Amino acid sequence: MLWIAIRMLTGDAQKFYGLLFGIGFSTLLITQQLTIFVNLVERGASGVYNAPEAEIWVMDPVSRTTEVNYAMPATALDKVRSVPGVEWAVPHLRAQASVRTKDGDLEGVAVIGVDDATLIGMPARMKEGEKSVLFAPDSVVIDDTGTTRFFPAGVSPIGERLELNDQRAVIMGVADAIPSFTSTVVLYTRYSNALNFVPGTRNRLTFVLAGVQDGVSPAEVAARIERETGLKAQIRENFARSGIDFIIENTGIPTNFGITVVLGFVVGVAIVGLTFSLFIRDNIKQFGALKAIGVTNGKIMGMVGAQAGLVGLIGYALGVIGTVVFIQVFSANPFFKGFYIPWQIPLVSLVAVIVILAITGLIAIRSVLKTEPAAVFR
Amino acid sequence: MTEQPEQPARSGNPAAAIRARGVTRDFPAGQSTIRVLHGIDTDIRSGEMTYVVGESGSGKTTLISIMCGILWPTDGEVEVFGTDIYRLSDTELVNFRLNNIGFIFQQYNLIPSIDAAANAAVPLIAQGMAVGAAREKAKVLLDKLNIGDQADKLPKQLSGGQQQRVAIARALVHEPRLVVCDEPTAALDARSGRRVMDLLREVAVAPDRACIIVTHDNRIFDLADRILVLEDGRITHDGTEMPQEG
Repeated sequence: MLWIAIRMLTGDAQKFYGLLFGIGFSTLLITQQLTIFVNLVERGASGVYNAPEAEIWVMDPVSRTTEVNYAMPATALDKVRSVPGVEWAVPHLRAQASVRTKDGDLEGVAVIGVDDATLIGMPARMKEGEKSVLFAPDSVVIDDTGTTRFFPAGVSPIGERLELNDQRAVIMGVADAIPSFTSTVVLYTRYSNALNFVPGTRNRLTFVLAGVQDGVSPAEVAARIERETGLKAQIRENFARSGIDFIIENTGIPTNFGITVVLGFVVGVAIVGLTFSLFIRDNIKQFGALKAIGVTNGKIMGMVGAQAGLVGLIGYALGVIGTVVFIQVFSANPFFKGFYIPWQIPLVSLVAVIVILAITGLIAIRSVLKTEPAAVFR
Repeated sequence: MTEQPEQPARSGNPAAAIRARGVTRDFPAGQSTIRVLHGIDTDIRSGEMTYVVGESGSGKTTLISIMCGILWPTDGEVEVFGTDIYRLSDTELVNFRLNNIGFIFQQYNLIPSIDAAANAAVPLIAQGMAVGAAREKAKVLLDKLNIGDQADKLPKQLSGGQQQRVAIARALVHEPRLVVCDEPTAALDARSGRRVMDLLREVAVAPDRACIIVTHDNRIFDLADRILVLEDGRITHDGTEMPQEG
């Protein structure tokens, strides 16, 4: 009977494609929006991800994220270095600055000062040049967001000069960095250079990045740092999570994306529900005849279930493939750089599709089950 | 209870395929109920083509619906081939219909997206036979009904008469012992109607099989072995011919 059910469904091309569109569109909307949402809020942790060597981030107790920070006295670095279990500790500066481009435009940038000796605090990979270019005077490394923002496509920024807070800076390399939540252009430079580029208050050490000795857990050392220095210390994972939580708690993004996801679900229920009900109504005489002939309600439910399952499977696959294609097509755009689909998202979409089909299938099948076999004689 | 007319004598000894006793059926109508059948007592015999005739609203469709196990009577008993069908569980009753009864509906109710052979094979597929084998068996019957060459066509590609033959094949493919036809000639001209009835007699009437036909088409009354006339939910005539007017 399942063969008949599938033929009944695919034989009505208009409704079959309508159902596929409904499920596919819903899946696409839910999967794509959730993917963008997850990747976007993860940008709140990009500052942490871009400094992969740091196992512990030490900061002023009021600092919350890599972007929302309060500077500490320079002595904080020595305090951290003196804590047992700390293998190494380096200064890290993050500040805002203004850049005047060659065209005369003014652009806000983030300046990140990394350790002068080890260059810890730099992203793991470079797109152009080596990390060691930072040892040259006035040199900065720009992130790839900056190259697309400041320079025409295909033009290498290497050797270009920038007016950074009224001082000369020379771009010597391009870092392969994860963009920040606001896609602000980031300039990496040595800590000592950064102090010159970003004049400011007495305290300018925003973070101390630390590594732990072998055999000691970062969480244990972080707790020890807090206890002995009075500073706030978070292990890498927790600090990344703080950045994500900050965005979730302080922006309307979850609400906006949530609304879109709910709309995707509602659109799915509406399109699929309407089309499926029409399909069942159009075939009610045939279902009635099958019941009269001797097909049990259980088999009828199996038939409708098979029809819903087929539509769900194909529609879901189309929706997920659509999302993958979307991410692939836009991967060259800096906004979508590094976007990926976490495995949980297709699972969420699958659950949504199952719920949509369960709701619409139950509504549709009620009319079939209520149809008396004797109705075929009327 | 209304007095039932005496059963006419039959040649031979045809077995009772259906035995209905005191069959009553009420339908709700707002706050009250309408009694459509008033304690029907009758037997339907195998090897005969029995017509159930009557005006619209006389209760003939309700009667055959009850006789073939698709509508519960309000009261009374119905035995089909010795089985009191309304004492069966729902599932047993559905399986009983699947294995013992063939239906020919007035509007055919063919599935539009499967071909003629598959439509004819539906009862076999419902019984669990593989689609390929069921289609092959149905094709043999379609050949017998002279539409074997149309087996691969969809219902919309067939004429009304051809669709009806497919419906007849579907009713007979699983070799049921009871065949129930609802107005089989309603949509046909006189000549086509007689041809369909001849065909039905040829394929649906057998010594071990009963055939009930609901009709009000007086052009085919002469083809009946037996005619039951219903008026206001009561059998008012039971004979081999229609009663004389007046």
